[in-house]
Amino acid sequence: MNYNVNEKGYYGEFGGAYIPEMLYPNVEELRQNYLKVMAEPEFQKEFNQLLKDYVGRPSPLYYAKRLSKKYNTKIYLKREDLNHTGAHKINNTIGQILMAKRLGKTRIIAETGAGQHGVATATVCALMGLECIVYMGEIDIARQAPNVARMKMLGAKVVPATSGSKTLKDATNEAIRDWINNPVNTHYIIGSAIGPHPYPDMVTRFQAIISEEIKWQLKEHEGKENPDYVVACIGGGSNAAGTYYHFLHEEDVNIIAVEAAGLGIHSGESAATSVLGREGIIHGCKTLLMQTIDGQITEPYSISAGLDYPGVGPMHAHLCKTGRAEFMSITDDEAMNAGLELCKLEGIIPAIESSHALAIFEQKQFKPNDVVVLSLSGRGDKDLQNYIEYFKI
Amino acid sequence: MNRIQNKLQENKKLLSIYFTAGYPNLNDTVSIIQDLEKNGVDLIEIGLPFSDPLADGPTIQHSSTQALKNGMTTEILFNQLKDIRQTVSIPLIIMGYFNPMLQYGVEAFCQKCQELGIDGLIIPDLPVDVYHEEYQSTFIKYGLTNIFLITPQTSDERIRYIDSVSNGFIYMVSSASTTGAKSGFGDEQNQYFKRIANLNLKNPQIVGFGISNNQTFTQATAYAKGAIIGSAFVKYLKTHGTNSISGFVKTVLG
Repeated sequence: MNYNVNEKGYYGEFGGAYIPEMLYPNVEELRQNYLKVMAEPEFQKEFNQLLKDYVGRPSPLYYAKRLSKKYNTKIYLKREDLNHTGAHKINNTIGQILMAKRLGKTRIIAETGAGQHGVATATVCALMGLECIVYMGEIDIARQAPNVARMKMLGAKVVPATSGSKTLKDATNEAIRDWINNPVNTHYIIGSAIGPHPYPDMVTRFQAIISEEIKWQLKEHEGKENPDYVVACIGGGSNAAGTYYHFLHEEDVNIIAVEAAGLGIHSGESAATSVLGREGIIHGCKTLLMQTIDGQITEPYSISAGLDYPGVGPMHAHLCKTGRAEFMSITDDEAMNAGLELCKLEGIIPAIESSHALAIFEQKQFKPNDVVVLSLSGRGDKDLQNYIEYFKI
Repeated sequence: MNRIQNKLQENKKLLSIYFTAGYPNLNDTVSIIQDLEKNGVDLIEIGLPFSDPLADGPTIQHSSTQALKNGMTTEILFNQLKDIRQTVSIPLIIMGYFNPMLQYGVEAFCQKCQELGIDGLIIPDLPVDVYHEEYQSTFIKYGLTNIFLITPQTSDERIRYIDSVSNGFIYMVSSASTTGAKSGFGDEQNQYFKRIANLNLKNPQIVGFGISNNQTFTQATAYAKGAIIGSAFVKYLKTHGTNSISGFVKTVLG
């Protein structure tokens, strides 16, 4: 079984590029160039240099001793939360801004939900001196004020998306509409492993540094490159894609994807796409999608803005359908408690997205000798207000 | 030949009008179609509303959201159209995004269109190569014309490919934009219209995006077979309701 993208842009039956003709020249330009550009030694050199000196990579692989003791297994945390700007998102934006420059683009657009990808994009645009416009749902702007301020300080223009549910899905729609209206000078930095081919593959390759590092770091810790499990939370799925990438074809590594169940899978307020979704088309790709019987895309819900998306990337849809990955769902309450537990046991305040992954230890019993690597995708600073309100701190 | 191909043979410039089914009210569909025909419109594009219309600007987005709020579904639209061929004889095209069709089942959708007397489909997010490989035979089986878009950025080579796969007309998007974003044409558009006319394609072209009145209609049809009006008509329905459709058509045809 092949879990990578094929030459037509599909992962099994998922993926492709279902885009209006107006976007074809842009997407085609990218499709024809992305692998070639990424393979250039000069590109590699610049990318790796920035990841090291600017992002602060490699991010540590930390053996969480007290957490491991509590759950009677061996838990390693991949510390993406320690990256510059506070999450894994920057790996991809560094890669894409270098790509955009090589394609001669002068104007950058992005979508953002909680604001992490928006901040990561604004950051690299400042670094490269490029114009930056970030689309963000009007509701998200209201509830993520600190990230809006950060983007503005970094020189980005934040444009409210006022259509539909006024959240991430609609911000993505607005960014796509901007791209249609500015087809020549603009590059769209998609933040997740979604969108028309080649985006899911390109984003995955930029995030693959996560699993590349895990391999040699685990070798140092455990004397072997492959853990028994890799675990990541999944909204669109960029941190998960990067965490799994180098283990996809390693049969001894089990893959666990953790979705947001919101108030409960069948409560009507959930984002558990693997259970609630059916095959459909969103933002240019065929994937698992939450929708009405009639094919209208429905509104997901999660306390975590980063997991609050009605689809998953096409690679993940394929991993789900083939059974390569085990999908688990975690409610708001379970995630919040797991987040607080990590604070107390390890002195790390995780992003609520990452807290969903941490919550699986209450649900699933691992063996004492199992090596479980969990991607701690981001830090909890941005979620402080949520934690304060939830725990009445 | 189906009604679209027959219509394209007529020795006149064609006016095609788009509206969103279920807007302003759920059950306006049939009367809007009848009024448009009565007032001299040549083709009608019936918009099947979608929750996330990526290629559309605010006017059509708003009409789609409202239509869905009014309760419009694929099934309801098909029910509304069940006797449409008893009163209407001009070509009817359904325009909508691919996901609702995919969920209905592409073959079932096409079959239903044939039963109702729908002549063609415009699906902006179904790319020509996917159509060509996976769906063309189904469309042909049910006598449907599929209409593709081209833009000023589309290469001549790709336009020729689209022409080879088309069997009706080519929807020529006047400028790089979402619907309703721009009005009026400048030199750039005229150059583009001329360039396409000089390609001598086998399918005639109908221009869409940016047409709202007699002046832009005349300009767009100087080189092309016809023109499509969408946002301007939807906006007109918003302010005037469905009672004075004749007034709108008159201002366009002059």
